[in-house]
Amino acid sequence: MYTLSKNLKLSAIIFMVVGFVLFAVDYVFLPKTIADIEAMHAGDAHGGGHGDATVADAHEADTHHVAADDAHAEEGHVMTEEEHNEHLLAGYQNKPWSAVYIAAFFFFMISLGCLAFYAVQYAAQAGWSPLLLRVMEGITGYLLPGSIIMFVLLALSGFHFNHMFHWMADGITDPASDNYDKLIAGKSGWLNVPWLLIRAAIFIAGWNIYRFFAVKFSKEQDEASDNKSHKKSFKIAAAFLVFFLYTESMMSWDWIMSIDPHWFSTLFGWYVLAGMMVCGITTIALVTMILKGAGYLQSVNDSHIHDLAKFMFGFSIFWTYLWFSQFMLIWYSNIPEEVTYYIQRIEDYNLPFFGMLVMNFLFPLLILMNSDFKRVNWFVVMAGIVILLGHYVDIFNMVMPGTVGQAWSFGFVEIGSLMFFFGLFVLIVFSSLTKRPLEPKRNPLIEESKHFHY
Amino acid sequence: MASTVIHAIYSDDDVLMNAVKEVRKKHLHINEVYTPFPVHGLDKAMGLAPTRLAITAFLYGCVGITVATLMMNFIMIEDWPQNIGGKPSFSYIENMPAFVPIMFELTVFFAAHLMVITFYMRSKLWPFKKAENPDVRTTDDHFLMEIDATGKDGKELADFLVTTGAVEINLIANEA
Repeated sequence: MYTLSKNLKLSAIIFMVVGFVLFAVDYVFLPKTIADIEAMHAGDAHGGGHGDATVADAHEADTHHVAADDAHAEEGHVMTEEEHNEHLLAGYQNKPWSAVYIAAFFFFMISLGCLAFYAVQYAAQAGWSPLLLRVMEGITGYLLPGSIIMFVLLALSGFHFNHMFHWMADGITDPASDNYDKLIAGKSGWLNVPWLLIRAAIFIAGWNIYRFFAVKFSKEQDEASDNKSHKKSFKIAAAFLVFFLYTESMMSWDWIMSIDPHWFSTLFGWYVLAGMMVCGITTIALVTMILKGAGYLQSVNDSHIHDLAKFMFGFSIFWTYLWFSQFMLIWYSNIPEEVTYYIQRIEDYNLPFFGMLVMNFLFPLLILMNSDFKRVNWFVVMAGIVILLGHYVDIFNMVMPGTVGQAWSFGFVEIGSLMFFFGLFVLIVFSSLTKRPLEPKRNPLIEESKHFHY
Repeated sequence: MASTVIHAIYSDDDVLMNAVKEVRKKHLHINEVYTPFPVHGLDKAMGLAPTRLAITAFLYGCVGITVATLMMNFIMIEDWPQNIGGKPSFSYIENMPAFVPIMFELTVFFAAHLMVITFYMRSKLWPFKKAENPDVRTTDDHFLMEIDATGKDGKELADFLVTTGAVEINLIANEA
């Protein structure tokens, strides 16, 4: 049995506290009124180089047409200074919310991706992985808290505590209102707050029910005298995968794609899934190596790490394939309502947009291509950390342009919320690992896994 | 010089694997093992050097992506620039996303085909080549291990091989 060390617990809590403090400090200094923004601009004009990248970006944009999904730009109208400042202010008001949302979604996504990978192991009756099943069960321990946090954030958006989701705005489906948006009104059969929350509740309930029973059967199998529980695990895993693939796709439309409500991509669900799987598998590899380093899981050998690294490599390539499939078709067809999505990202988010490609594709491609490197633990750790950060940036690119627009920066609210959720994730995952023996005792495939050898 | 080899025939791949390990422990030289199907881990048990095929695959891939780039640059940019979907082709880099599928496919094509051809050549296989396997049963359900027995006591070796589970042992003297 694994016991949570005091040091780990303390570091996780320190991460959470420091993250919270950073968030709070930055939150206080974010501009709250139009006057603040004007003051910021004035400072920028006088002081020259002292402003950060955000201010410079915003300033430069004053003179030309701005953010493509903005209502004014669509009318071919140049924004006045006041309109532009109002727009920026809305971005700054969304910034802390988006930062929290991205970090919360990122860690939630890791545990959900891991749960899907776990179900695949059972459904495929994989013989190499049973030694890692308990690690996966530990990581999916974050699913319940993580998904509840996501639900709360969505509900807060739904009750207008923030304006992250433009389609939730008042009067947007009312032809008489100034806010009326014909395209969004046409989608309101699907995109309305009650139905969004009902769907979210169904998805979250389904995933967590699977997680509950999967862990229960896995525990029962340890004490059983026959393989009944194992068979139940197999059946429920297969059923879950069907449910998951549908709900994951809808979840990604609801929770991420609807942030840019005019834009749509038919492979968005797959794209999010690929990122989710890479992150889940990378986290399994990292946690496994941490546990092994601490003297647990001694039967796990280099071949298991090698296999996980192969999956990290493979899913990174798969992610890139989907990223490019989505990008190329939209770039080539150049249809205004689609291509604005990428124009905004390339113009305003150039560094994170292309930087993410380097981190999520080029780096794992070069580091993990060689078969020998996949067996060197510190190589896998290094690749894993870059992949995880790269996919955080990927979520950042999905959420920020639609909510914060040009007011983005990678500041303390982002770092703080990332640290806070990282601490929470580590705390919950490692305490979940203490609840079961780290090696499943009576899994029928455990012997094969112990002798797994490539 | 006259050389002698021993052909030890096995009827099971697990038995063969253990036999290979024991023969290697005795520091006997295994010339070759003939099997009806690829036996997982046999190369490691025989102590064969790791394959360098992966390196050639990488190099062939590099050739493929280069060929694709030069080819598309010549066809679409230099020789006959066209305006496709409002994207005039006057610059390779600006139109690069459109060429990525071709670059990818030719990378895979070159890597795969040239790797297979390299594999055939390294294995000395070509069309109409006469089969090298000494016993036709190795194409069905038997496994044959060929051990160098030059200057060794054949009887003693045969007795040892029987203990490793060989079902048949043939001593073959090549007069040369």
